[in-house]
Amino acid sequence: MELIDVIVLVVKILIVLHIFLIGAAYVVLLERKVSAWIQDRVGPNRVGWRGSLQSFADVLKLVLKEDIVPGHANKFFHFLAPVISIAIAISVWAVIPFCSPFTVFGVEIQPTIAPNLNIGILLLLALSSLGVYGITLAGWASNNKYSLLGGLRSSAQMISYELSMGLSLIGMMLVMGSVNITTIVAQQGGYWFGWLPKWNIFVQPVGFLIFLVAAFAETNRAPFDLAEAEPELVGGFHTEYTGLKFGLFFLAEYGNVILMSALMTTLFFGGYHLPWVEDLPFFKDHTGLLALAQFGALFVKALFWIFFFVWVRWSIPRFRYDQLMNLGWRVMFPLALLNTVITAIVLAAMKSS
Amino acid sequence: MIEQYLPAIAMILAGVGFGIVSVKAHEWLGPHRMTAQKLTTYESGMEPVSSAHERFSVKFYLVAMLFILFDIEIIFMYPWAVSFRALGNFALGAMLLFIVTLFVGYVYIVKKGALKWD
Repeated sequence: MELIDVIVLVVKILIVLHIFLIGAAYVVLLERKVSAWIQDRVGPNRVGWRGSLQSFADVLKLVLKEDIVPGHANKFFHFLAPVISIAIAISVWAVIPFCSPFTVFGVEIQPTIAPNLNIGILLLLALSSLGVYGITLAGWASNNKYSLLGGLRSSAQMISYELSMGLSLIGMMLVMGSVNITTIVAQQGGYWFGWLPKWNIFVQPVGFLIFLVAAFAETNRAPFDLAEAEPELVGGFHTEYTGLKFGLFFLAEYGNVILMSALMTTLFFGGYHLPWVEDLPFFKDHTGLLALAQFGALFVKALFWIFFFVWVRWSIPRFRYDQLMNLGWRVMFPLALLNTVITAIVLAAMKSS
Repeated sequence: MIEQYLPAIAMILAGVGFGIVSVKAHEWLGPHRMTAQKLTTYESGMEPVSSAHERFSVKFYLVAMLFILFDIEIIFMYPWAVSFRALGNFALGAMLLFIVTLFVGYVYIVKKGALKWD
Protein backbone atom coordinates (compact mmCIF):
# COMPACT_ATOMS: atom_id res chain seq x y z
CA MET A 1 0.00 0.00 0.00
CA GLU A 2 1.21 3.46 -0.83
CA LEU A 3 0.99 6.49 1.42
CA ILE A 4 -1.95 7.99 -0.49
CA ASP A 5 -3.93 4.75 -0.02
CA VAL A 6 -3.31 4.85 3.73
CA ILE A 7 -4.44 8.50 3.94
CA VAL A 8 -7.57 7.77 1.89
CA LEU A 9 -8.33 4.75 4.11
CA VAL A 10 -7.95 6.74 7.35
CA VAL A 11 -10.17 9.55 6.03
CA LYS A 12 -12.80 7.03 4.91
CA ILE A 13 -12.79 5.31 8.32
CA LEU A 14 -13.17 8.68 10.09
CA ILE A 15 -16.06 9.69 7.81
CA VAL A 16 -17.87 6.38 8.34
CA LEU A 17 -17.34 6.62 12.12
CA HIS A 18 -18.93 10.06 12.10
CA ILE A 19 -21.82 8.89 9.93
CA PHE A 20 -22.32 6.03 12.40
CA LEU A 21 -22.23 8.19 15.55
CA ILE A 22 -24.25 11.15 14.30
CA GLY A 23 -26.64 8.81 12.47
CA ALA A 24 -27.25 6.77 15.63
CA ALA A 25 -27.80 9.96 17.66
CA TYR A 26 -30.42 11.20 15.21
CA VAL A 27 -32.09 7.80 14.87
CA VAL A 28 -32.58 7.82 18.66
CA LEU A 29 -34.17 11.27 18.31
CA LEU A 30 -36.26 10.05 15.36
CA GLU A 31 -37.48 7.12 17.42
CA ARG A 32 -38.47 9.39 20.31
CA LYS A 33 -40.18 11.89 18.01
CA VAL A 34 -42.04 9.25 15.99
CA SER A 35 -43.13 7.38 19.13
CA ALA A 36 -44.38 10.68 20.56
CA TRP A 37 -46.25 11.33 17.32
CA ILE A 38 -47.81 7.83 17.33
CA GLN A 39 -48.84 8.18 20.98
CA ASP A 40 -50.06 11.77 20.52
CA ARG A 41 -47.38 13.35 22.73
CA VAL A 42 -44.90 16.15 22.02
CA GLY A 43 -41.61 14.33 22.52
CA PRO A 44 -38.24 15.92 23.38
CA ASN A 45 -38.38 19.65 22.55
CA ARG A 46 -36.11 21.50 25.02
CA VAL A 47 -32.48 20.99 23.91
CA GLY A 48 -31.74 22.85 20.69
CA TRP A 49 -34.28 23.67 17.98
CA ARG A 50 -37.27 21.33 18.65
CA GLY A 51 -35.05 18.96 20.63
CA SER A 52 -32.53 18.51 17.83
CA LEU A 53 -29.58 18.34 20.26
CA GLN A 54 -31.30 16.05 22.77
CA SER A 55 -29.16 12.97 21.99
CA PHE A 56 -25.91 14.88 22.46
CA ALA A 57 -27.09 16.14 25.84
CA ASP A 58 -27.94 12.55 26.78
CA VAL A 59 -24.48 11.33 25.79
CA LEU A 60 -22.86 14.09 27.85
CA LYS A 61 -24.97 13.08 30.82
CA LEU A 62 -24.09 9.39 30.41
CA VAL A 63 -20.36 10.14 30.20
CA LEU A 64 -20.45 12.10 33.46
CA LYS A 65 -22.31 9.37 35.42
CA GLU A 66 -20.56 7.14 37.94
CA ASP A 67 -19.28 3.80 36.62
CA ILE A 68 -20.64 1.08 38.93
CA VAL A 69 -19.36 -2.49 38.61
CA PRO A 70 -21.27 -4.78 41.01
CA GLY A 71 -19.12 -6.54 43.57
CA HIS A 72 -19.96 -10.06 42.42
CA ALA A 73 -19.55 -9.33 38.72
CA ASN A 74 -16.69 -10.67 36.62
CA LYS A 75 -14.78 -7.39 36.14
CA PHE A 76 -13.00 -8.27 32.90
CA PHE A 77 -16.02 -9.60 31.00
CA HIS A 78 -18.20 -6.83 32.41
CA PHE A 79 -15.77 -4.41 30.75
CA LEU A 80 -15.40 -6.47 27.56
CA ALA A 81 -19.10 -6.93 26.72
CA PRO A 82 -19.96 -3.32 25.69
CA VAL A 83 -16.65 -3.05 23.82
CA ILE A 84 -17.49 -6.15 21.76
CA SER A 85 -20.99 -4.87 21.02
CA ILE A 86 -19.86 -1.47 19.78
CA ALA A 87 -16.81 -2.84 17.91
CA ILE A 88 -19.03 -5.23 15.93
CA ALA A 89 -21.62 -2.54 15.23
CA ILE A 90 -18.90 -0.26 13.83
CA SER A 91 -16.77 -2.77 11.92
CA VAL A 92 -19.62 -4.25 9.84
CA TRP A 93 -19.77 -0.92 7.99
CA ALA A 94 -16.54 -1.85 6.19
CA VAL A 95 -18.41 -3.60 3.37
CA ILE A 96 -21.30 -1.21 2.63
CA PRO A 97 -20.81 0.77 -0.63
CA PHE A 98 -22.11 4.34 -0.32
CA CYS A 99 -22.04 5.51 -3.96
CA SER A 100 -20.32 4.72 -7.25
CA PRO A 101 -16.57 5.50 -7.59
CA PHE A 102 -15.66 9.15 -8.21
CA THR A 103 -12.54 11.27 -8.65
CA VAL A 104 -11.31 13.98 -6.27
CA PHE A 105 -8.06 15.94 -6.98
CA GLY A 106 -7.07 13.27 -9.49
CA VAL A 107 -7.41 10.43 -6.97
CA GLU A 108 -10.05 7.83 -7.74
CA ILE A 109 -12.05 7.11 -4.60
CA GLN A 110 -13.85 3.83 -3.98
CA PRO A 111 -16.59 4.84 -1.55
CA THR A 112 -16.37 1.61 0.46
CA ILE A 113 -13.82 0.96 3.18
CA ALA A 114 -12.97 -2.51 1.85
CA PRO A 115 -13.94 -2.14 -1.83
CA ASN A 116 -12.61 -5.32 -3.43
CA LEU A 117 -13.39 -7.69 -0.61
CA ASN A 118 -14.79 -10.71 -2.43
CA ILE A 119 -16.15 -12.28 0.75
CA GLY A 120 -18.40 -9.26 1.51
CA ILE A 121 -21.58 -10.95 2.75
CA LEU A 122 -19.65 -13.74 4.51
CA LEU A 123 -17.64 -11.18 6.50
CA LEU A 124 -20.84 -9.34 7.35
CA LEU A 125 -22.63 -12.46 8.58
CA ALA A 126 -19.55 -13.62 10.49
CA LEU A 127 -19.12 -10.29 12.26
CA SER A 128 -22.79 -9.86 13.08
CA SER A 129 -22.93 -13.35 14.61
CA LEU A 130 -20.11 -12.26 16.92
CA GLY A 131 -22.59 -9.68 18.25
CA VAL A 132 -24.19 -12.49 20.26
CA TYR A 133 -21.04 -12.60 22.41
CA GLY A 134 -21.47 -9.03 23.58
CA ILE A 135 -25.00 -9.62 24.86
CA THR A 136 -24.41 -13.09 26.32
CA LEU A 137 -21.23 -11.99 28.10
CA ALA A 138 -22.99 -8.92 29.47
CA GLY A 139 -25.73 -11.12 30.89
CA TRP A 140 -23.36 -13.69 32.34
CA ALA A 141 -20.71 -11.35 33.73
CA SER A 142 -23.20 -9.17 35.62
CA ASN A 143 -24.03 -12.09 37.94
CA ASN A 144 -27.60 -10.87 38.14
CA LYS A 145 -30.59 -13.15 37.52
CA TYR A 146 -32.40 -10.69 35.28
CA SER A 147 -29.29 -10.10 33.22
CA LEU A 148 -28.55 -13.81 32.89
CA LEU A 149 -32.09 -14.57 31.72
CA GLY A 150 -32.02 -11.67 29.27
CA GLY A 151 -28.64 -12.75 27.91
CA LEU A 152 -29.69 -16.39 27.51
CA ARG A 153 -32.97 -15.54 25.83
CA SER A 154 -31.30 -13.15 23.50
CA SER A 155 -28.50 -15.53 22.50
CA ALA A 156 -30.98 -18.35 21.74
CA GLN A 157 -33.13 -15.91 19.76
CA MET A 158 -30.26 -14.42 17.78
CA ILE A 159 -28.72 -17.74 16.77
CA SER A 160 -32.13 -19.14 15.78
CA TYR A 161 -32.88 -16.25 13.46
CA GLU A 162 -29.36 -16.21 12.09
CA LEU A 163 -30.11 -19.51 10.35
CA SER A 164 -33.04 -17.99 8.48
CA MET A 165 -31.05 -14.85 7.74
CA GLY A 166 -28.16 -16.83 6.23
CA LEU A 167 -30.56 -19.01 4.24
CA SER A 168 -32.66 -16.13 2.95
CA LEU A 169 -29.59 -14.61 1.27
CA ILE A 170 -28.72 -17.80 -0.64
CA GLY A 171 -31.55 -17.25 -3.14
CA MET A 172 -30.20 -13.75 -3.77
CA MET A 173 -26.66 -15.14 -4.23
CA LEU A 174 -27.95 -17.72 -6.72
CA VAL A 175 -29.40 -14.91 -8.84
CA MET A 176 -26.37 -12.62 -8.49
CA GLY A 177 -23.63 -15.26 -8.57
CA SER A 178 -21.46 -13.33 -6.12
CA VAL A 179 -21.01 -12.49 -2.45
CA ASN A 180 -19.09 -9.29 -3.17
CA ILE A 181 -21.45 -6.49 -2.13
CA THR A 182 -19.95 -3.97 -4.58
CA THR A 183 -20.65 -6.39 -7.43
CA ILE A 184 -24.16 -7.10 -6.16
CA VAL A 185 -25.02 -3.40 -6.12
CA ALA A 186 -23.43 -2.82 -9.54
CA GLN A 187 -25.52 -5.64 -11.02
CA GLN A 188 -28.72 -4.01 -9.78
CA GLY A 189 -28.07 -0.93 -11.93
CA GLY A 190 -29.76 -2.13 -15.14
CA TYR A 191 -33.41 -2.38 -16.18
CA TRP A 192 -35.81 -5.16 -17.14
CA PHE A 193 -38.03 -4.43 -20.15
CA GLY A 194 -36.16 -1.15 -20.41
CA TRP A 195 -37.90 0.51 -17.44
CA LEU A 196 -38.18 -1.74 -14.34
CA PRO A 197 -35.05 -1.37 -12.14
CA LYS A 198 -33.16 -4.65 -11.72
CA TRP A 199 -33.65 -4.69 -7.96
CA ASN A 200 -33.48 -8.02 -6.17
CA ILE A 201 -36.81 -7.41 -4.42
CA PHE A 202 -38.58 -8.21 -7.71
CA VAL A 203 -36.96 -11.65 -8.04
CA GLN A 204 -36.59 -12.53 -4.34
CA PRO A 205 -39.67 -11.20 -2.50
CA VAL A 206 -39.88 -14.19 -0.13
CA GLY A 207 -36.16 -14.00 0.60
CA PHE A 208 -36.54 -10.32 1.43
CA LEU A 209 -39.50 -10.95 3.74
CA ILE A 210 -37.54 -13.59 5.68
CA PHE A 211 -34.53 -11.27 5.83
CA LEU A 212 -36.73 -8.44 7.13
CA VAL A 213 -38.19 -10.53 9.98
CA ALA A 214 -34.76 -11.95 10.83
CA ALA A 215 -33.35 -8.41 10.88
CA PHE A 216 -35.87 -7.43 13.56
CA ALA A 217 -34.89 -10.46 15.65
CA GLU A 218 -31.15 -9.93 15.14
CA THR A 219 -31.28 -6.33 16.32
CA ASN A 220 -33.40 -7.31 19.36
CA ARG A 221 -36.07 -4.83 18.33
CA ALA A 222 -39.78 -5.05 19.09
CA PRO A 223 -41.76 -7.23 18.48
CA PHE A 224 -38.80 -9.52 19.28
CA ASP A 225 -37.23 -7.54 22.16
CA LEU A 226 -37.50 -10.43 24.62
CA ALA A 227 -33.94 -9.77 25.78
CA GLU A 228 -34.97 -6.55 27.50
CA ALA A 229 -38.66 -7.17 28.11
CA GLU A 230 -38.89 -4.49 30.78
CA PRO A 231 -42.02 -5.70 32.66
CA GLU A 232 -40.42 -9.08 33.41
CA LEU A 233 -36.66 -8.58 33.24
CA VAL A 234 -36.14 -4.94 34.37
CA GLY A 235 -33.60 -4.10 31.65
CA GLY A 236 -32.48 -7.56 30.57
CA PHE A 237 -28.79 -7.98 29.82
CA HIS A 238 -27.90 -4.35 30.61
CA THR A 239 -29.54 -4.15 34.05
CA GLU A 240 -26.17 -3.83 35.82
CA TYR A 241 -24.63 -1.34 33.39
CA THR A 242 -24.40 2.37 34.14
CA GLY A 243 -23.36 5.47 32.28
CA LEU A 244 -21.59 5.20 28.97
CA LYS A 245 -21.24 1.40 29.21
CA PHE A 246 -25.03 1.24 28.96
CA GLY A 247 -24.79 3.97 26.34
CA LEU A 248 -22.55 1.80 24.18
CA PHE A 249 -25.12 -1.03 24.16
CA PHE A 250 -27.76 1.53 23.25
CA LEU A 251 -25.57 2.98 20.50
CA ALA A 252 -24.82 -0.51 19.16
CA GLU A 253 -28.54 -1.32 19.01
CA TYR A 254 -29.35 1.79 17.00
CA GLY A 255 -26.22 1.35 14.90
CA ASN A 256 -27.46 -2.13 14.03
CA VAL A 257 -30.86 -0.73 13.08
CA ILE A 258 -29.16 1.66 10.65
CA LEU A 259 -26.93 -1.13 9.36
CA MET A 260 -29.85 -3.50 8.74
CA SER A 261 -31.75 -0.72 6.93
CA ALA A 262 -28.71 0.06 4.79
CA LEU A 263 -28.22 -3.65 4.15
CA MET A 264 -31.82 -4.24 3.08
CA THR A 265 -31.47 -1.29 0.72
CA THR A 266 -28.12 -2.52 -0.59
CA LEU A 267 -29.05 -6.15 -1.13
CA PHE A 268 -32.68 -5.89 -2.22
CA PHE A 269 -33.48 -2.31 -3.23
CA GLY A 270 -30.67 -1.44 -5.59
CA GLY A 271 -28.35 0.11 -3.01
CA TYR A 272 -27.18 3.57 -4.01
CA HIS A 273 -28.72 3.35 -7.50
CA LEU A 274 -31.06 6.16 -8.43
CA PRO A 275 -33.12 4.62 -11.23
CA TRP A 276 -33.71 6.59 -14.46
CA VAL A 277 -32.14 9.79 -13.09
CA GLU A 278 -28.54 8.54 -12.94
CA ASP A 279 -28.52 7.71 -16.66
CA LEU A 280 -28.94 11.37 -17.62
CA PRO A 281 -26.08 12.59 -19.85
CA PHE A 282 -25.38 15.40 -17.36
CA PHE A 283 -23.95 12.95 -14.81
CA LYS A 284 -21.47 11.47 -17.32
CA ASP A 285 -19.03 14.38 -16.78
CA HIS A 286 -19.92 15.17 -13.16
CA THR A 287 -19.01 11.99 -11.24
CA GLY A 288 -18.77 13.93 -7.98
CA LEU A 289 -22.36 15.19 -8.27
CA LEU A 290 -23.49 11.70 -9.29
CA ALA A 291 -21.85 10.27 -6.16
CA LEU A 292 -23.61 12.86 -4.03
CA ALA A 293 -27.00 12.09 -5.63
CA GLN A 294 -26.45 8.37 -5.15
CA PHE A 295 -25.52 8.82 -1.51
CA GLY A 296 -28.76 10.78 -1.12
CA ALA A 297 -30.70 7.92 -2.75
CA LEU A 298 -29.13 5.38 -0.35
CA PHE A 299 -29.91 7.70 2.56
CA VAL A 300 -33.57 8.14 1.62
CA LYS A 301 -34.14 4.43 1.00
CA ALA A 302 -32.43 3.48 4.27
CA LEU A 303 -34.37 6.19 6.11
CA PHE A 304 -37.62 4.58 5.03
CA TRP A 305 -36.57 1.25 6.55
CA ILE A 306 -35.36 2.95 9.74
CA PHE A 307 -38.77 4.58 10.00
CA PHE A 308 -40.32 1.16 9.39
CA PHE A 309 -38.34 -0.27 12.33
CA VAL A 310 -39.65 2.50 14.61
CA TRP A 311 -43.18 2.26 13.25
CA VAL A 312 -43.34 -1.50 13.95
CA ARG A 313 -41.93 -1.09 17.44
CA TRP A 314 -44.70 1.29 18.50
CA SER A 315 -47.52 -0.59 16.75
CA ILE A 316 -47.08 -4.31 17.46
CA PRO A 317 -47.07 -6.02 20.90
CA ARG A 318 -44.22 -8.25 22.04
CA PHE A 319 -44.14 -11.94 21.12
CA ARG A 320 -44.21 -14.67 23.77
CA TYR A 321 -40.97 -16.66 23.92
CA ASP A 322 -42.40 -19.95 22.62
CA GLN A 323 -44.13 -18.09 19.77
CA LEU A 324 -40.82 -16.46 18.91
CA MET A 325 -38.91 -19.75 18.77
CA ASN A 326 -41.72 -21.46 16.87
CA LEU A 327 -41.75 -18.72 14.26
CA GLY A 328 -37.99 -18.91 13.87
CA TRP A 329 -37.60 -22.66 13.64
CA ARG A 330 -40.89 -23.96 12.28
CA VAL A 331 -41.94 -21.22 9.85
CA MET A 332 -38.94 -19.16 8.77
CA PHE A 333 -36.40 -21.99 8.45
CA PRO A 334 -38.47 -24.31 6.18
CA LEU A 335 -39.69 -21.31 4.20
CA ALA A 336 -36.14 -20.11 3.58
CA LEU A 337 -35.08 -23.62 2.55
CA LEU A 338 -38.02 -23.83 0.14
CA ASN A 339 -37.15 -20.42 -1.28
CA THR A 340 -33.60 -21.61 -1.97
CA VAL A 341 -34.76 -24.81 -3.70
CA ILE A 342 -37.36 -23.07 -5.86
CA THR A 343 -34.94 -20.32 -6.88
CA ALA A 344 -32.31 -22.90 -7.87
CA ILE A 345 -34.78 -24.99 -9.91
CA VAL A 346 -36.24 -21.95 -11.69
CA LEU A 347 -32.77 -20.65 -12.53
CA ALA A 348 -31.72 -24.05 -13.90
CA ALA A 349 -34.90 -24.30 -15.98
CA MET A 350 -34.35 -20.80 -17.37
CA LYS A 351 -30.77 -21.65 -18.32
CA SER A 352 -31.65 -24.87 -20.15
CA SER A 353 -34.66 -23.47 -22.02
CA MET B 1 -4.28 -11.26 -1.70
CA ILE B 2 -4.03 -10.06 1.87
CA GLU B 3 -4.32 -6.44 0.66
CA GLN B 4 -8.08 -6.66 0.21
CA TYR B 5 -8.50 -7.68 3.86
CA LEU B 6 -6.37 -4.90 5.33
CA PRO B 7 -9.07 -2.16 5.22
CA ALA B 8 -11.58 -4.47 6.91
CA ILE B 9 -9.04 -5.30 9.63
CA ALA B 10 -8.35 -1.57 10.07
CA MET B 11 -12.08 -0.96 10.50
CA ILE B 12 -12.32 -3.71 13.15
CA LEU B 13 -9.37 -2.16 15.01
CA ALA B 14 -11.06 1.25 14.79
CA GLY B 15 -14.21 -0.22 16.32
CA VAL B 16 -12.36 -1.94 19.18
CA GLY B 17 -10.32 1.22 19.79
CA PHE B 18 -13.44 3.37 19.91
CA GLY B 19 -15.03 1.00 22.43
CA ILE B 20 -12.02 0.80 24.74
CA VAL B 21 -11.33 4.55 24.64
CA SER B 22 -14.92 5.52 25.41
CA VAL B 23 -15.29 3.02 28.28
CA LYS B 24 -11.97 4.10 29.81
CA ALA B 25 -12.86 7.79 29.39
CA HIS B 26 -16.16 7.17 31.12
CA GLU B 27 -14.46 5.36 34.04
CA TRP B 28 -12.09 8.30 34.38
CA LEU B 29 -14.59 11.18 33.96
CA GLY B 30 -17.38 9.97 36.21
CA PRO B 31 -17.45 10.49 39.98
CA HIS B 32 -16.00 7.78 42.25
CA ARG B 33 -18.06 7.51 45.43
CA MET B 34 -18.47 3.81 46.09
CA THR B 35 -20.64 2.56 48.94
CA ALA B 36 -21.42 -1.02 49.92
CA GLN B 37 -25.02 -0.60 48.77
CA LYS B 38 -24.02 0.43 45.26
CA LEU B 39 -21.92 -2.71 44.90
CA THR B 40 -24.75 -5.16 45.65
CA THR B 41 -26.53 -6.94 42.82
CA TYR B 42 -29.80 -5.32 41.73
CA GLU B 43 -32.79 -7.49 42.59
CA SER B 44 -35.77 -5.10 42.62
CA GLY B 45 -34.97 -3.81 46.10
CA MET B 46 -34.78 -7.25 47.76
CA GLU B 47 -31.67 -8.65 49.40
CA PRO B 48 -29.96 -10.74 46.66
CA VAL B 49 -30.42 -14.48 47.23
CA SER B 50 -27.51 -16.70 46.10
CA SER B 51 -25.43 -16.30 42.94
CA ALA B 52 -26.94 -16.05 39.46
CA HIS B 53 -24.49 -18.61 38.10
CA GLU B 54 -26.77 -21.57 38.61
CA ARG B 55 -28.28 -24.23 36.40
CA PHE B 56 -30.55 -22.99 33.64
CA SER B 57 -32.92 -24.73 31.24
CA VAL B 58 -31.39 -27.42 29.02
CA LYS B 59 -33.40 -25.98 26.10
CA PHE B 60 -30.80 -23.26 25.60
CA TYR B 61 -28.05 -25.87 25.15
CA LEU B 62 -30.24 -27.77 22.69
CA VAL B 63 -30.87 -24.66 20.60
CA ALA B 64 -27.15 -23.86 20.58
CA MET B 65 -26.23 -27.38 19.41
CA LEU B 66 -28.89 -27.44 16.71
CA PHE B 67 -27.75 -24.00 15.56
CA ILE B 68 -24.19 -25.23 15.08
CA LEU B 69 -25.37 -28.26 13.07
CA PHE B 70 -27.65 -26.32 10.77
CA ASP B 71 -25.34 -23.33 10.40
CA ILE B 72 -22.56 -25.58 9.12
CA GLU B 73 -24.97 -27.13 6.61
CA ILE B 74 -25.92 -23.67 5.41
CA ILE B 75 -22.26 -22.67 5.03
CA PHE B 76 -21.92 -25.59 2.56
CA MET B 77 -24.54 -23.96 0.35
CA TYR B 78 -22.71 -20.62 -0.05
CA PRO B 79 -19.94 -21.79 -2.43
CA TRP B 80 -22.52 -23.74 -4.43
CA ALA B 81 -24.77 -20.69 -4.69
CA VAL B 82 -21.93 -18.44 -5.87
CA SER B 83 -20.71 -20.81 -8.62
CA PHE B 84 -24.18 -22.14 -9.49
CA ARG B 85 -23.99 -21.11 -13.15
CA ALA B 86 -20.60 -22.74 -13.70
CA LEU B 87 -21.45 -26.00 -11.95
CA GLY B 88 -24.49 -27.04 -13.99
CA ASN B 89 -27.28 -29.50 -13.36
CA PHE B 90 -25.25 -32.25 -11.67
CA ALA B 91 -24.40 -29.89 -8.80
CA LEU B 92 -28.07 -28.88 -8.59
CA GLY B 93 -29.09 -32.54 -8.21
CA ALA B 94 -26.40 -33.16 -5.61
CA MET B 95 -27.43 -30.08 -3.63
CA LEU B 96 -31.11 -31.07 -3.79
CA LEU B 97 -30.17 -34.48 -2.38
CA PHE B 98 -28.22 -32.72 0.37
CA ILE B 99 -31.14 -30.39 1.18
CA VAL B 100 -33.56 -33.34 1.31
CA THR B 101 -31.24 -35.14 3.76
CA LEU B 102 -31.01 -31.97 5.82
CA PHE B 103 -34.78 -31.61 5.79
CA VAL B 104 -35.26 -35.23 6.98
CA GLY B 105 -33.00 -34.44 9.93
CA TYR B 106 -35.02 -31.29 10.58
CA VAL B 107 -38.32 -33.23 10.56
CA TYR B 108 -36.78 -35.75 13.00
CA ILE B 109 -35.85 -32.93 15.39
CA VAL B 110 -39.32 -31.41 15.21
CA LYS B 111 -41.02 -34.79 15.77
CA LYS B 112 -38.71 -35.51 18.74
CA GLY B 113 -39.97 -32.28 20.30
CA ALA B 114 -36.53 -30.67 20.56
CA LEU B 115 -37.98 -27.32 19.46
CA LYS B 116 -40.96 -27.39 21.80
CA TRP B 117 -41.02 -24.51 24.31
CA ASP B 118 -43.60 -24.54 27.06
